[in-house]
Amino acid sequence: MTSSLRFRAAIVSLALFAAFLGIWHISTRGTGTVANMTPEYAKLMGLTATAGKSAMPGPLDVGAKLWEHLKSPFYDNGPNDKGLGIQLGYSIARVALGYFLAVIVAIPLGFLIGMSPLFSKALDPFIQVLKPISPLAWMPLALYTIKDSSISAIFVIFICSVWPMLLNTSFGVAAVRKEWINVARTLEVGTVRRAFTVILPAAAPTILTGMRISIGIAWLVIVAAEMLVGGTGIGYFVWNEWNNLSITNVIIAILLIGIVGMLLDQILARFTRMVTFPE
Amino acid sequence: MTDKFISIEGIARRYPGADGGQISVFEDLWLSMSRGEFGCVIGHSGCGKTTVLNILAGLDEPSEGAVIVDGQAIEGTSLDRAVIFQSHALLPWRTVLGNVSYAVTSKWRDWDRAKVKAHAQKFIDLVGLTGSEHKRPSELSGGMKQRVGIARALSITPKIMLMDEPFSALDALTRGTLQDEVRRICLETGQTAFMITHDVDEAIYLADKIFLMTNGPGAVLAEIVENPLPKDRGRIDLHRHPYYYALRNHIVDFLVSRSKTFAATVANHDPRNVPIVRPGLSEPTIVASPKMIEASPAQTIAR
Repeated sequence: MTSSLRFRAAIVSLALFAAFLGIWHISTRGTGTVANMTPEYAKLMGLTATAGKSAMPGPLDVGAKLWEHLKSPFYDNGPNDKGLGIQLGYSIARVALGYFLAVIVAIPLGFLIGMSPLFSKALDPFIQVLKPISPLAWMPLALYTIKDSSISAIFVIFICSVWPMLLNTSFGVAAVRKEWINVARTLEVGTVRRAFTVILPAAAPTILTGMRISIGIAWLVIVAAEMLVGGTGIGYFVWNEWNNLSITNVIIAILLIGIVGMLLDQILARFTRMVTFPE
Repeated sequence: MTDKFISIEGIARRYPGADGGQISVFEDLWLSMSRGEFGCVIGHSGCGKTTVLNILAGLDEPSEGAVIVDGQAIEGTSLDRAVIFQSHALLPWRTVLGNVSYAVTSKWRDWDRAKVKAHAQKFIDLVGLTGSEHKRPSELSGGMKQRVGIARALSITPKIMLMDEPFSALDALTRGTLQDEVRRICLETGQTAFMITHDVDEAIYLADKIFLMTNGPGAVLAEIVENPLPKDRGRIDLHRHPYYYALRNHIVDFLVSRSKTFAATVANHDPRNVPIVRPGLSEPTIVASPKMIEASPAQTIAR
C-alpha cells in the first residue's frame, strides 16, 4: 500500500512537471511581431525583434545552457566569468564558515541559558531585541567595522544562524525531564558528566531542529548578502547575470539554489534522525 | 529500636504559600528503621510521603530537622541511597545494559569496560531480563522497564533502596510478580528498603513496618504498625493467615476514617514516641470475632 502510494505520487509529480514544462514551452514559443529592418539593424536587435522569439527563455534554452554549465562547472575566465561550481563553492564555503562559528557560540551559550535561570532571565531582553533584526541590516555595520566584504558576508551568516540554534538549545536543555536529571543526581554524577551524558542526548533532537532551521535561513540569506557584497558566490552570479540580461542563467541559478538548499536541509534532517530516540 | 540505621529526626517541610505565609506539608516528623528492615509509608495523596522519600534520597531538603543514615547526617544525594522512580526514569537513548552500566560507572569510575559489563549483567540476570540487554526502553513493557529500574538501583549495592510507588503504574499481574521479585531480592541480600505506596496489600506483603501518615497539610506520622505475619509469608496464601484481616482492617480503618480525624481527636500525640501497634488475634475486628477466626479452617491451611 505504501509503495503503491509512493509510486502513484511519483507519477503525479512527473505529470505536474511535464505539464509545467509544456505550458512554459508553449508560452515562450514566440508569437511576437516581426518588424522589417535592414540587415545591419537586425544584427543589433537580435532574435526577439527579427524572428519574433520570446524574450523569456523556454525550457529548451534553459536545458541547453544548463548542460553547457554542467559540462564545465569549474572554469575560471576572470572575475566576471567563473563556472557555476566555483560560484556555488564560494557560497557554500561562506555559509559553512558562518554557520560553524554560530554553532560554536550558540550551543554552549544555549546550554548556559538553559541550565541557569539567572542567565536565562539576564540575557532574555538582548535576545528578544537582536533576534528580529534582519541579518542584512547588519551589513553596513559589518562592512564599516570589518572592512572586508567577504568576511562581512560570513558575519551576516553567523548572525542569522545563531538565533534559532540558541533558542532551541536553551529550550531543549531547560525542558530535559526532571526525572532524568534526578537519576543523574542520585547517582552523584558531576555537572560536566551530567551535561554530556544526560542533558546533551536528551536535548539533541531539539538542538538539531534548531540547527536545521538555521541552515535554511543561512542559505536564504547568503544569496542576498552576496548580491550586496559582490565578487563571488551564487548570489553575485544571479545579480551579474541580471546585469547581463541573461535570464537563462538567472533561471539556472535559481534552480541550483533550490537544489543546494534542499541538500543542506536533508543532511541536517538525517543528523536529526540519528539523535532522535523513541520514548 | 536499638539499632537506628535510618533515623529521621524532627524534619519539617514548608512551602511558601500564596498569601505570603508558609504552607506546612508536615512538621516535626520522627521515624527510624533498623538495618535490613523493609518500611512502607501509607497515606493519602498530599500527605507528604513523596516529600519524605525525596528528603531521604537527598533530592529535596527539609526546612528543619535532619536525617541520619548509618551514623551520618545526609547531605544531598548519595550512591548509598538508590531510588526506584515511579515512572522508571530510564534514559531512552540507552539500552537496558547501557542504563544499568551508567549507574555502575557512576559508582566505580575506575572500572574497565569488561568489569562494568559483567557487574551490570549480574543484576540484569537477577531481575530476570537476561536476553533483553540490548533492547531500548521503548521496546520493553512497563513491567520490564521497572525491572531495569530495579536492576539499576541494586547494581550500585546501596545501603538503602528507596521506592516511590514503584508498581502503581503497572497492571495487577505484573505488579504481583515484581512484588515477589523485590521481596525475594530484599530477603536474600538483607537490603534495607523504604517504600511509598497506597496499596494496603502491597504494604502487608512487603513491609516489616508500616508507617501510617495522616492527611496533609500538616500531616503527622500517626502510628507504626509492626507486621505480625511470618517472614516467610507467600503472596498467594497471605490472606489465609489468622492475623491478616486484623492487620488489613486496622490499616484500612485508618485510611478511611482515622487519617482525617486524627489531628482533631488525639490531643497528646507525641511525634517522638509514635505508638507502635501490632495487630493480632486480640485486635477487635468488624468482620468476625477472634474466636471465629481461630476456629476457621483457614488457619489450618496457613499453618
